Amino acid sequence: MSATAILVERPPPRARGWPRGRIVGYALVCFWIAFGLGIVAYLFFAWNAPFFAKYAPAYLRGLGVTLSLVAISMVLGAVLSLPVAYGRMSRNRILSGLAYCYVYFFRGTPLLVQTFLVYYGLGSFRPQLQMIGLWDFFKDAFNCGVFAFALNTAAYQAEILRGAIESVHKGQWEGAASLGLHKLQTLRKIILPQALIVALRPYGNELILMVKASAIVAIITVYDLMGNAKLAFANSFDIQAYIWVALVYLVMVELLRHAIEWIERRITIHLKR
Amino acid sequence: MPAQSIWTLLSWGPDGWSDDIAYGVIVTVLLALATLPIGLTIGFFIALGKQSEEPSLRLAANIYTTVFRGLPELVTLFLFFFGMPILLQHLIRYFRPDATIDVNSFVAGMIVLALIFSSYASEVFLSAFRAIPKGQYEGGYAIGLSYAQTMRLVILPQLLRIAFPGLENCWLSLLKDTSLVSVVGLAETLRNAGVAARVTKHSFLFYGVAALVFLALAIVSSFATSAILRSLGKREAQR
Repeated sequence: MSATAILVERPPPRARGWPRGRIVGYALVCFWIAFGLGIVAYLFFAWNAPFFAKYAPAYLRGLGVTLSLVAISMVLGAVLSLPVAYGRMSRNRILSGLAYCYVYFFRGTPLLVQTFLVYYGLGSFRPQLQMIGLWDFFKDAFNCGVFAFALNTAAYQAEILRGAIESVHKGQWEGAASLGLHKLQTLRKIILPQALIVALRPYGNELILMVKASAIVAIITVYDLMGNAKLAFANSFDIQAYIWVALVYLVMVELLRHAIEWIERRITIHLKR
Repeated sequence: MPAQSIWTLLSWGPDGWSDDIAYGVIVTVLLALATLPIGLTIGFFIALGKQSEEPSLRLAANIYTTVFRGLPELVTLFLFFFGMPILLQHLIRYFRPDATIDVNSFVAGMIVLALIFSSYASEVFLSAFRAIPKGQYEGGYAIGLSYAQTMRLVILPQLLRIAFPGLENCWLSLLKDTSLVSVVGLAETLRNAGVAARVTKHSFLFYGVAALVFLALAIVSSFATSAILRSLGKREAQR
């Protein structure tokens, strides 16, 4: 009895008192609290009713623009990513090479450069675009933003889709084939349900990245959330213009992140042991 | 303006813009290289905080990543670039009432990019920390190494090897994010290409050049990282 009691290894005693890590940790937490309180206090004392009355509706409109920009380009990008992902997985050398170059270009260059290339760069081809009647589309900064964002996110989404489909074991394809399902049926009924579980988190991350990246369109004169903040700051030189917009983005991203985690918990319930 | 051929525009010298863009490329690379060590260091300590046993340290580190990964890069940059002078002005007014402060756009960009880079790098470091079995620490302690020595001699070499692919991704997005600093007036690749585009009215050409420059930087760094990875692998094999 007593021999076993000695052999059993006791858990280490809980750290008491003030070890160095705890001092540093409390100091840092206090710093964050002070930082947060400082911002709240600043917003409270700098409370400017006319500023708020003037710009709050603009911010709301900007939020709408941001959300619609992200939603439209995500959906267009998803549609566009299908052929790209198909090309990436195809055995045809030319097709897969083309898809690889597309993905490499859009992932290797900054989104800001791509947006400039569409908004300012396509202006170089104005006569040609007018000839085929596309100039009216590319005249508008919002459309240019959507165009650039959709092309960009298509490259990322194609990689997500490819990774997810390739993560499904090859035996699943073979099993379906032996049951006499043809390729499309297999993809729809067997592969995609398994692949999309894998893809959910990367898709969610891509959505969050798009929400954050959408602030870029403010530079090409779209009045989205950030664009309105820029306008408000330019008119008032009041830094709270940017603080408010930062808070809105932060809340938006956190809500999305938690929603995605919730969905992931829900759809992987059957995988929990 | 007389019609100039594309080759004149892209030449080196007073008529061409290649020298301006090349200067911008140097600034881009310098900015990214200057950010890298700061970001890696902060990211490493944030990851240490996140896997610490002390709840308050974990909380502080998690707030850091939540904030800097949640804010758009552009918003962080603007907040810092326009907010920092105001804050510093308030502080300095107590000492010298008539001082004015200007934030250098290179320094502002460096700090903001380091904040963003470190918050992403900390996640990479954290998952690398989790991949190292506890026995490695225990082995280090068993032969009488202190915590700092175990970290430096036992954990860090393995950690870097595991974290390397993730850090490579962080580096590539850092390289791309440097283009954002052009918005607050740093004369880097995109800014100089934009000036060239506005002066010559050949927007597509010059923004295309800027895109190709970033693409080339990505290709060069992928060659460099695969060389580093090979040498790391070689050392691994020698053991």
